[in-house]
Order: sequence, then C-alpha cells, then structure tokens
Amino acid sequence: MIQLTNVSKTFNANTINEKKALVDLNLTIETGDFITVIGGNGAGKSTLLNLIAGVFPCDGGQILLDDIDLTKQPEYRRAKLLGRVFQDPMMGTAADMGIEENLAMAYRRGKKRGLGWGIKKGERAIYKEKLETLELGLETRLSSKVGLLSGGQRQALTLLMATLQKPKLLLLDEHTAALDPKTARKVLELTDEMVSRDSLTTLMVTHNMKDAIRLGNRLIMMHEGRIIFDIKGQEKKSLQVKDLLEKFETVSGDTMDNDRMLLS
Amino acid sequence: MGLLQAMQGAAAQGVLWSIMTLGVYITFKVLDFADLTVDGSFATGGAVTAILISHGMNPFLSLLFALAAGMACGFITGFLHTKLEIPGILAGILTMIALYSINIRIMGQANIPLLGISTIITTVSGLYPVLSVNMISLTIGLIFTAAVILFLYWFFGTEIGCSIRATGNNEYMVRALGVNTDKTKILGLVLSNGLVALSGATVAQSQGYADVGMGTGTIMIGLASVIIGEVLMGNRFSFAYKLISAVVGSVIYRVIIALVLWFGLKSTDLKLLTAVMVAVALAIPVVKRKFPTFFNNLVEKWKSFFGRFRKGKKASAANGGETR
Repeated sequence: MIQLTNVSKTFNANTINEKKALVDLNLTIETGDFITVIGGNGAGKSTLLNLIAGVFPCDGGQILLDDIDLTKQPEYRRAKLLGRVFQDPMMGTAADMGIEENLAMAYRRGKKRGLGWGIKKGERAIYKEKLETLELGLETRLSSKVGLLSGGQRQALTLLMATLQKPKLLLLDEHTAALDPKTARKVLELTDEMVSRDSLTTLMVTHNMKDAIRLGNRLIMMHEGRIIFDIKGQEKKSLQVKDLLEKFETVSGDTMDNDRMLLS
Repeated sequence: MGLLQAMQGAAAQGVLWSIMTLGVYITFKVLDFADLTVDGSFATGGAVTAILISHGMNPFLSLLFALAAGMACGFITGFLHTKLEIPGILAGILTMIALYSINIRIMGQANIPLLGISTIITTVSGLYPVLSVNMISLTIGLIFTAAVILFLYWFFGTEIGCSIRATGNNEYMVRALGVNTDKTKILGLVLSNGLVALSGATVAQSQGYADVGMGTGTIMIGLASVIIGEVLMGNRFSFAYKLISAVVGSVIYRVIIALVLWFGLKSTDLKLLTAVMVAVALAIPVVKRKFPTFFNNLVEKWKSFFGRFRKGKKASAANGGETR
C-alpha cells in the first residue's frame, strides 16, 4: 500500500514564475490497484509520479510505501521498489548498450552490484523468454544496440525492464504519448497484459480518456495540483467520456482546454 | 637525428602516453565527461614518482603510489562535481589549478632531474644492456598498456563497470534502475585519473625528469589520440577494440608530432597543432550536418585517392567482429 499525505510541491517559489504543481495532495493506493490518471496540462500528473520516484524532493508531506518512509530517500534508493517508464522512449534505455546489457541492468534493480560479470550465464535464457512475450522479434537480437530499435520497441523494452524485478509500484508517465497510434495501442495492450499477469500495483498517466476509462480499476482526475475526481470499481466501469468532461467542467468551472484530450 | 630513430622514439613515447589516453577514454567516451583534471594529475604522477625514487624507493613500487595519488585527484573532481554540483568542466579546472601548487609542494621545487637515479628504464637496462632506451620504453609501455587494457576490459564487463558505462549513456535510466550515479561518476574519475598519473610517472621516469609543467595540454593530447584512433580504426566494434584504437591513436599522434618536428616545426608550435587537430576532429560531425554535399564530395575525393591503400586494411578490420 502506498500512502501520500499532504504532499505539496511548488516550483520557482517566491518568483514571478511560481507554479504550485501539487497542493496538499492525499492519495492512498491499495496493493493491486491499477490507477489511471488524467488531467489537463500542468495539472500535476507528472509531478505526482516524479515525487513518488524521488526525481525531486517534496516541499511538504509524507510518502509511505508499506510503512517504509520514502519521503527523504534519494531516487536511486527508491528505485529498488519502483518500476518506471517515461514519456520519452529515449529516457528508459541506454542507446549504446545491447538489449541484453540493458536487461541485465534492470535485472539487478534493487540488488547489490559487485565485480561479478555484468551478464551471468543462464540470464540470457530468461531474457529470451521474456522478450518473446513482447512478440517483437527482439529475442533473436539480444546483442543489438538499443539505439537501433524504434521508439515503440524501445518503449516495450523499457516496460519489460521496469517489470523484470517485480516492482511494488509501477509508474507509467504517458508512456505511449510519443508513439504513433498503432504502436501506442500495441504498447498499451502489453502494459495491460503485464499488469494483470503479475497483478502489479500501477499508476498510469494518460492523455487518452478512453484508455483511462477502459484500463485499470480506478481513475483519478487532477486539476491545478489537486485530485478533483476519484472513481473506482463498478462505478468506473459504467463511466463515459462525456461524464468525465461534465465532471471536469463542474469541478473546475472551466471548459476542457486540452485539444489532445478532446481529440483522442 | 634520423627519421627512423625519431619514429622509434615517437612509438615509445606514444605507448607510454597511451596509458593516459586510456584514462581520458574512460571519462570522455565512457562517462561522457570532459575532465580537465588530467593536466594536473599527469604531473602529479610524475611528481610523486620523482620524489619517491630520488629518495631511494624502488622505481616500480613508486608507480603504485603515483597511481594512488592520481586516484585521489580524480576523487576530488568527482566530489566537487557530484556532491557540490559544480559543472564538470569547472570541477576539473579547479582540481587542475589546485594541483599545480600541490605538485610543487610534493616535489619541493618546480622540477626534479632523475639523472643518475635508478628508474624503471635504468633497472631494465641493467638487466638487458643490449636494448636501446627506446626499445626498453616501448617494451615497458606495451606490457603496461596490455595489462591496463585487460583490466579495463574485465572491469567494464562487471556489474559495476556496466553501471558506469550506462551512466555515461543515460543517467536517468541508471538512477531509475537503482544505481547511485554519483558513485559511478566518482569511480570513473578515480579510475581515469589513476591511469593518467601512472602514465605521468612512467613518462617522467623515461624522460629522466619530472616538471610541474609536464602536464600542460595533456587533456588535448588525450582527446587528440582518442579521436585519431576512432577516425582511423572506426567506431562500431567491441569495447576491447575501442581501447586498442585509443592506444593506436596515441602512437599515431606521436608519429605525426615527430614528423612535423622533423620537417622543421618548432616544438613550441605543437600545442597549436594539437588544438587544431582536436578542433577539426570535433567539428567534422557539425560540418557533415550543415554542409552535407560539400562534405560528401570531400570524402569521395579522399576515398578515391586513398582507396588503394585502405582496401587491405578494411578487410582485416572487418574480421574484428562484434562480440560485446
């Protein structure tokens, strides 16, 4: 279980560019939850994920994961518990290293790294087997440089890397937004498969309202650093895009200003 | 001095300096960090070994102390950069400047001559009197370089080594996979400057003196060597091959220097020449991007002119193969 209590973050505090990204946010994520997060630009979705991951520190509040206080832990230490996929396909992999080398790095997430060989015998069989589940033919190209792969392939690989050691929480930050529609659909299907196969606790930011409704067991909508809508279970299943738009307008007193969300 | 002898000297120098080049390769290519510390740590290696052997220490043992001193220099730069968040170039310059004073403190004066003092060269020369000084330098250099390449090949294949390589590639990813990138950066700098100081120590012993100014321009020589090696040997092969490329680059650099000196350039012009070489090499990708047709024409002309010479070389290079 992940518990965020009164978490807040302000960028450029006390300057003319001051931006309150998160305002006293409270969120409890139950083990096994697959939560989709939607909201307009600057709603604080990515900030929420980055605060949990420790990319930057909280201004206030507390983040607990199974009673472990993450609030003050540096990013690399929290990484033991978290799996992450970024919006930019280039962010999640090392381009000049081979597919197997990238996987081997991910395989050692949360473990002590020593002077043992970087890829041990027997690991390749595991990687091959896992790569086969992606159905992208990568299992035959173990030593190819990741830089030679397409954005979609890299993102699928990053997803695999994030889940190679089962994370306590999987953070997906618009991980299909930079892909073409067909590839995005494929990566999203893979995501759904992996999450349900290993019953991963997941927080997925998306711009696509249909996806947000279709996937997961819980949906939260953010606006100006606050959670303005939180719906789960049966209620979520019967949710429609127009309900979300209405909800957004009543709560925020504003019309949805994000073209990307309306169009998709 | 005959050209042949000059070439021999150049090869010997090139191999001794290649240990430094391997150090620069670690920071510049593996970590993607332009580390200016080397101008200081190279001289530190020379200073430490000179003061120790002039007090009677075994010249080979003194190399270990030079190595350790260089590692300490790298640690300082790493600390300034990661923990105090000083930009990389500036962190290197700070350590380099501070080392100027420290190196004089170590030696007690601006230079130490090693005439009549037992060095690695005179020790080996005593055992095998038939060998010329150049041959001894070359042999010692080759043994050291081979050992360093083997070590680096092993080290960068380990879990820690892989983390360092990945840090140079994409540090966001590496942090997300649970690696403390501050540690990997510091480790890379420590290793690199250790090798640079080791190289400085062997160079000081082979030239017969250590001087506080001996490190000036080291980074440029290192970069020039790395780039020459890359241009001549190609960039798409295994890690061991790339390390060997750096060594070849270092030797070729010395040969070029020996040639232009032989043609009558002054030794004080060399720094200009080195800077121009590095600037041109770094500019090539940009020129390629901005003036593609002009560049391609140039390459075509070059290829047709040198095509005959390169055919044999290409075939043998292709057998190198990708292994890692």
